[in-house]
Amino acid sequence: MARRRSASVMRHWALTCVGIGLAVGTTMPAAQDNTMQEIERYRLMLQDSNPAELMVARGEGLWKEKRGPKNATLEQCDLGLGPGVVKGAYARLPRYFADADQVLDFEARLVHCMVTLQGIDRATATKNPYSGAGERQTDIEALTAYVVEQSRGAPIAVSQAHPQEKAAFERGKTLFYMRAGPYDFACATCHGADNQRIRLQELPNFEKAEAAQRAFASWPAYRVSQGALRTMQWRLNDCFRQARWPEPIFISPASIDLITFLGVRANGGKMDSPSIKR
Amino acid sequence: MRAGFLVAAVGAFAVVGCASLVYSAPSKEETLAVIRSSFADHGIAKIDRLKQTELQAVCSDTRNNPPRDVRERLEKAALATVKYPSDGKWLGDHKQGERIAQTGVGLQWSDRADTPAGGNCYACHQLSKAEISFGNIGPSLYNYGKLRGSSEAIQRYTWAKIWNTHSFNACSSMPRYGDAGILTEAQIRDVMALLLDPASPVNQ
Repeated sequence: MARRRSASVMRHWALTCVGIGLAVGTTMPAAQDNTMQEIERYRLMLQDSNPAELMVARGEGLWKEKRGPKNATLEQCDLGLGPGVVKGAYARLPRYFADADQVLDFEARLVHCMVTLQGIDRATATKNPYSGAGERQTDIEALTAYVVEQSRGAPIAVSQAHPQEKAAFERGKTLFYMRAGPYDFACATCHGADNQRIRLQELPNFEKAEAAQRAFASWPAYRVSQGALRTMQWRLNDCFRQARWPEPIFISPASIDLITFLGVRANGGKMDSPSIKR
Repeated sequence: MRAGFLVAAVGAFAVVGCASLVYSAPSKEETLAVIRSSFADHGIAKIDRLKQTELQAVCSDTRNNPPRDVRERLEKAALATVKYPSDGKWLGDHKQGERIAQTGVGLQWSDRADTPAGGNCYACHQLSKAEISFGNIGPSLYNYGKLRGSSEAIQRYTWAKIWNTHSFNACSSMPRYGDAGILTEAQIRDVMALLLDPASPVNQ
């Protein structure tokens, strides 16, 4: 039944694509248009079940488990809305924290809480933030899945009230437009114009609110091709790898600046994470 | 004397205390220092890659739109870097060229120094009609040679465009395949053939 329906849907698309192909001439071949629609169909099919749910559950367990030299849970962690408030917190990060006198993104704040509440050594907490191929998700990935899930549907509201938040945005903006490395790439090379693609992958234009909102709201995400929950810090890391830059240090100031810039551009969007991506 | 010292100390404290509450835009030097401290060497990708060339800095600061005199100076300097084929042979093997156009590896921290880099042309350009998975950051190059012919002038221009794209557009987004040492002279010859050889799939 499902197979029959999908065959008829494909026929319908094939006809539609012929129409589009004729309308736009040679600039967008019908075959390419058809392929992009098939990818979109695959993306929609993925939405049915998201393995990130398992990581949300494990992350919740970790959040409430007594761990570290201080044998404490993370339940009193102040993510910006007061100790213990998790709901809606991710959507308001990065932000300035007076106790750290710094702007911190979620992952940096999580490490701050692991260090201060649980007594875990900072070097240990930040050693392996990203899981490798075929590995179980790291604690940071599972905890991130749990916390971001509690912001699903919350409006993105990255503050610019504090002078340090403004400074973080400005530095992040400079980094976004900074061309460097052997390929002369900046973030803006791929993410500064409408409707750009690498191969068939559409690239969000962070100069436009709507595109920025859609992109920012969908991270962290479960990547099917990698079988892993990927955080925002990972997202930047892998972009810089492909841009032929050196590696951004996990939760470094410039990475937080860049996430602040992207977050402010995305303000007003609605968090929809963890999402699932191919 | 003592009271005066106290007043001065309180005043200094007030200035320092307020500094974090009053916004002042970070200078470029401050920003670059934060950026430099936030990246690390990983494999072949070292932090010296953060040191911008003049062209990279100008294109970043002007959002790829430098004043005309600066643009012309940068383009002239870029053209002067181009090394044309030593033996006067412009075209290699278009089949090899297609492989180079399909390959995206090279110069990432996940690559080894001895991995030959690809051109990754399809990431941004349409080339042959058969490959439908192509990007659109650059213009379509389908029928590149068929539309332009293969005069000496076209070959020379195309070689220079691949070697150092900034020769004709100071802040072009394309990598400098020859100038930055991404592709070898032999690889560029093969990519030239992909674009200009009448038998290449690009020109069918």
